[in-house]
Amino acid sequence: MDKFIFLFLAAVAILSALSVIFAKSPVYSVLSLIITFFAMAGHFVLLNAQFLAIVNIIVYAGAIMVLFLFVIMLLNLNKESEPQKPFYIKLVACIAGGLLLITLVGATRGSITVNGDALMATNNAIDIGSVEKIGQELFTNFLIPFEISSVLFLSAMIGAVMLGKKDLKHT
Amino acid sequence: MQDLLTNSLNGYIFLASILFTIGILGILIRKNIIIIFMSIELMLNAVNLLMTAFSVHHNNSDGQVFVLFIMAVAAAEVTIGLAILVMIYRNTGSVNIDELKKMKW
Repeated sequence: MDKFIFLFLAAVAILSALSVIFAKSPVYSVLSLIITFFAMAGHFVLLNAQFLAIVNIIVYAGAIMVLFLFVIMLLNLNKESEPQKPFYIKLVACIAGGLLLITLVGATRGSITVNGDALMATNNAIDIGSVEKIGQELFTNFLIPFEISSVLFLSAMIGAVMLGKKDLKHT
Repeated sequence: MQDLLTNSLNGYIFLASILFTIGILGILIRKNIIIIFMSIELMLNAVNLLMTAFSVHHNNSDGQVFVLFIMAVAAAEVTIGLAILVMIYRNTGSVNIDELKKMKW
């Protein structure tokens, strides 16, 4: 049963990811990307990582994608103003991407043979991704990176405000 | 193909490789800066999925904490990137990445 859910979610993720890069209008790309993120959240649930599934939906599908949609609607982009690359560049890019995929799969396949079926079969892996376990890790072993990430957010916020100002000279 | 999918971790590696490649492909074939940003998000998500799969595989939650940090950095990156994008649009009037070739040799 897990296998079928995995294959279904994988198919949804791949198809909507392809739709992200091949859609003509940027709004459709954003909507496809939201579907991809929901499929990713489904994968996280399948891996017993409940906290990451929720955070994925809240942060990516909720915050980042709304930001993308706001910018697209602010800039008034549509199908007509969409720049296109010539066909031969697309062909070369597809060949290069296919070669990269072959390389990645060829390099990683067969490298995981020991305990390969341990995934999803272990019962003690249930609480690995729970909120309690992640919170304990975050506030004990990873406390300093956690605090530094808050400084990163502050600097990102200040940077966005500074970049968004009309003209910096007269203020 | 069959043994790629019968083994769960190999399935996740396969899926993450495909999603990462789709992200690379999106960067290569599109000119719109927003789509290129979305492709970067796609690649980050592929890496997140792979990291979570390995974390569960090794029964160690460090990987999931790192996924959380990747999400935080991605959120900050998108904020700054979209602010820069709005500024580029204000100056050049388009979101075509080929407009920005002043530093091209």
